Amino acid sequence: MSVLVFADSTEGKFKKTAFEVVSYGKKVAEQLESNLVVLTINATDASELHKYGATKILTVANDSLSPFNAKQYAAVLTQVANKENATVVVVDSSIDSLYLAPIVAVNLEAGYASNTVALPTSTSPFTVKRKAFSNKAFSNTVITTDKKIIGLAKNSFGIHENPAEGTTENFDAEIATSGIKSESIERVTGKVTIADADTVVSAGRGLKGPENWPMIEELAEVLNAATACSKPVSDLGWRPHSEHVGQTGKPVASNLYIAIGISGAIQHLAGINASKVKVVINTDPEAPFFKAADYGVVGDAFEVIPQLIEKLKAFKAA
Amino acid sequence: MKILVCISHVPDTTSKINFTNNDAEFDKNGVQFVINPYDEFCLTRAMWFKEKQGATVTVVNVGGTETEPTLRKALAIGADDAIRVNTNPADGFLVAKELAAVVKNGGYDLVLAGKESADYNGQMVPGMLASLTDFNFINGCVAMEVEGTSVTAKREIDGGNQTVTTNLPLVVGGQKGIVEEKDLRIPNMRGIMMARKKPLQVLEPTGAAASTSISSFEKPVPKGAVKLVDADNLDELINLLHNEAKVI
Ligand SMILES: Cc1cc2nc3c(=O)[nH]c(=O)nc-3n(C[C@H](O)[C@H](O)[C@H](O)COP(=O)(O)OP(=O)(O)OC[C@H]3O[C@@H](n4cnc5c(N)ncnc54)[C@H](O)[C@@H]3O)c2cc1C
Repeated sequence: MSVLVFADSTEGKFKKTAFEVVSYGKKVAEQLESNLVVLTINATDASELHKYGATKILTVANDSLSPFNAKQYAAVLTQVANKENATVVVVDSSIDSLYLAPIVAVNLEAGYASNTVALPTSTSPFTVKRKAFSNKAFSNTVITTDKKIIGLAKNSFGIHENPAEGTTENFDAEIATSGIKSESIERVTGKVTIADADTVVSAGRGLKGPENWPMIEELAEVLNAATACSKPVSDLGWRPHSEHVGQTGKPVASNLYIAIGISGAIQHLAGINASKVKVVINTDPEAPFFKAADYGVVGDAFEVIPQLIEKLKAFKAA
Repeated sequence: MKILVCISHVPDTTSKINFTNNDAEFDKNGVQFVINPYDEFCLTRAMWFKEKQGATVTVVNVGGTETEPTLRKALAIGADDAIRVNTNPADGFLVAKELAAVVKNGGYDLVLAGKESADYNGQMVPGMLASLTDFNFINGCVAMEVEGTSVTAKREIDGGNQTVTTNLPLVVGGQKGIVEEKDLRIPNMRGIMMARKKPLQVLEPTGAAASTSISSFEKPVPKGAVKLVDADNLDELINLLHNEAKVI
């Protein structure tokens, strides 16, 4: 019996969530007194994963698995799960993992608990706590099938160093037919993405117009943060849709979320609530966001932000 | 082209979420139910295929009688007919299996479903449905065109987009972008009148089993009060973020 963790990588590099799922899988394997097996596909340096407790690492290196293809990746995961007799498969909540996990669930006839936020609270019955109702609640979900898939919510368990010795072996995977052909990939390079950022700087309609975003971008740069926005801002075309966060946009689960000129509507909060520390900057002391925030500044963004940038620069330089 | 749009019946996004029966059940009291926002984008895209390419559009929901007003709303937006699979949608796997039976029997070419539903946020039904029917599958779809049986689509990836090509039959997990927010359809009076006469077929379930069950719900622990920092004292904010919250 084993616990199989899939450590997702993009262009050969691991995201932080890969280290988080390995840290998590290690603990689940301990709970179940099972072996931990970690699978990587086309990762440049799988040995990094030993630092988070990986003992047995299986690597698949195959050009026909590049770029990512959900069905083919799912087929590899399924083969490894069967070979390693995995009873639990753990994946992160990256866009790619969310794409492949339901396919693996069908292949293995496994119950799949997405959005899991903690270690199983019981292994018999196998129970996990999951986010539900767009972060407004949690459900305690029992997975009733023999095989189980856990989708770990980003930044819910954390990255825990737990250095382990171990082996790295090549796994000879059979490549499935895919049905989907990649024609091209457009990726903004050199910018932190919302999914991967420790800090997200987000601005709303209070900014008045797209011409006022340079200060938001500068603040993000100082903090090595991703930029985000509220829904109306992207609907108005002030910012790209890819920056829209909230219940109907991207979820945010960063360590620090700074909301500038955002009122804090329930749909906005639902999508960003999983962030650990929230700071709000708003002229209106009655803005609902203040009730959901940890720190607040009642003030005009056009005065506060330039000052904050200068002070942060000085702080970073010190 | 025969299109099936999966419609999830979910609490309005402004709903307060409460539980009853010792926190074992979602409290539907006073809650407004709507078409899942992600499904709305898919339905609007389907209407576009109907108007421009002569597609037929069926909407489907797995659920009890209480979901019929939501299906009628989808009919009022312009779908041709509706199907309700008469069973409790206990989990995503069960729903996907019931939908797979509908897809197989109905001979659909294209299945559109929101990539996520706003209630349990499982993000699994489209992918499971594609696997169970052996249809091609695009998730997180933000644009798509169909010509004959060839499909060109964009899906969102971390930090950008990927353009892919594939063929029908296809399942798509859609989101904003597949149509724009401003193009979303709201039912008009005529649509509402017509919807009353459109067929809504109730199918008995195949009896697929769930693979998970919810034992209880919890609400997040209430948050402590916000710490306000004076706008003239931003050094204090930096100090708090650095020393207290330890996030910078
Ligand atoms: C089905 C549905 C789904 C939705 N999904 C989302 C979603 O995913 N994400 C989302 O964000 N919204 C979503 N919304 C919209 C949401 O209800 C709000 O309308 C939206 O979040 C408001 O955006 P905002 O805070 O930028 O704008 P506003 O509500 O207009 O707030 C602007 C704020 O800026 C402040 N302000 C003004 N001037 C300044 C200044 N100079 N300095 C500092 N502050 C200033 C104001 O006091 C105000 O609080 C959804 C709505 C629906 C119906």
